[in-house]
Amino acid sequence: MRGPFEFTLALGDDALIAAQRLAEWTTRAPEMEEDVALANIALDQLGAARLLLTYAGELEGAGRDEDALAFLRDDREFRNCLLVELPNGDFAVTMAKLFLLSAYQLPLYTALAGCADERLAAIGAKARKESAYHLDHAALWVKRLGDGTEESHRRMRDAVDQLWPYVAELFAANPAAPVDPATLRADFDATVDAVLAEATLTRPETGWAPAGGRDGVHTEHLSYLLAEMQVLHRAHPGARW
Amino acid sequence: MAAVVDPEIRVVTIDELGILRAVDEDPASGRVVVTITPTYTGCPAMDVIRADIRRALAAAGHPDAEIRTVYRPAWSTDWISDTGRAKLAAAGIAPPAPVRPGNAVPLTLSVRCPRCGSPETEQVSRFGSTACKALWRCRSCSEPFDHLKAL
Repeated sequence: MRGPFEFTLALGDDALIAAQRLAEWTTRAPEMEEDVALANIALDQLGAARLLLTYAGELEGAGRDEDALAFLRDDREFRNCLLVELPNGDFAVTMAKLFLLSAYQLPLYTALAGCADERLAAIGAKARKESAYHLDHAALWVKRLGDGTEESHRRMRDAVDQLWPYVAELFAANPAAPVDPATLRADFDATVDAVLAEATLTRPETGWAPAGGRDGVHTEHLSYLLAEMQVLHRAHPGARW
Repeated sequence: MAAVVDPEIRVVTIDELGILRAVDEDPASGRVVVTITPTYTGCPAMDVIRADIRRALAAAGHPDAEIRTVYRPAWSTDWISDTGRAKLAAAGIAPPAPVRPGNAVPLTLSVRCPRCGSPETEQVSRFGSTACKALWRCRSCSEPFDHLKAL
């Protein structure tokens, strides 16, 4: 992740892949209200992805629009973080993942809103408001499950432990980017510590820290996700609703 | 033009919701330029809204109107007009509270039931039938209702 193009592409890919994963819950959530909530959050992520990918295409200047970037790139060309491509797992894993993602996206979009690039600033100012709702919702579930029954506590603890290694990649320093992700870490830690404490959970130790998503080196999970997401567009190029 | 309604909340117009930002005439070409902004980034109603604007302007003799979509300043529920708020309430949708200044995360305060006016209400789900609404229930009259979330 280097200049403005790669940075914008990476943010757009984070939002796009998160949207696709969240949408997998549609009709499968534990209750009707949650089904609607997850679909709504997926839609917000997709909205941010469309704006970011459209702008990334313009920055690149090679004539690629949002659809070309979303549907006609292969796995090695995606720049999303590994966290968003991981399988949904159970409901606790999904909520822990959304919590970590939005605790990162909220300060990121907030910082973007004040950056020198006008387009990114506009996208950040818009997406920030939606991100605040995502964080609020996910934090609520982390607390409810963490501070719930013995079983729900165990599930949320396992989820946080399982996902924690993937957090490091989000904050890899990139001084050339419009917003250096490393500068967001303190804000993220403050949010996470407060919520985990209320959820009677402890922050895992940072040890193994897989990375590579920003350079196009992904887990195999991304390839399967893309196969499903891209099949229609590739089978019927230019298909429209 | 001002009569174009929101496709998902048909009791209010896009002007009353604050989606319609400006209507100008390009002095050089004489074309009408309409500026709109989405409520939420992923709002699926935007394509229908654009089509409805185009149709309304074509009917008014401007078939070549240009529609621009802007994202800054970001839409806020504070832009919903008083008339819009009254119409929402009359349709059983509780209007949003004012947005707090600064970067504060929106906080859910008590919402009055749009049917019986009782403040004894509870949130059922913070995400509702469209991106901009949450689902609430009145403890006094037992009716469920939509609440337009402050944004």
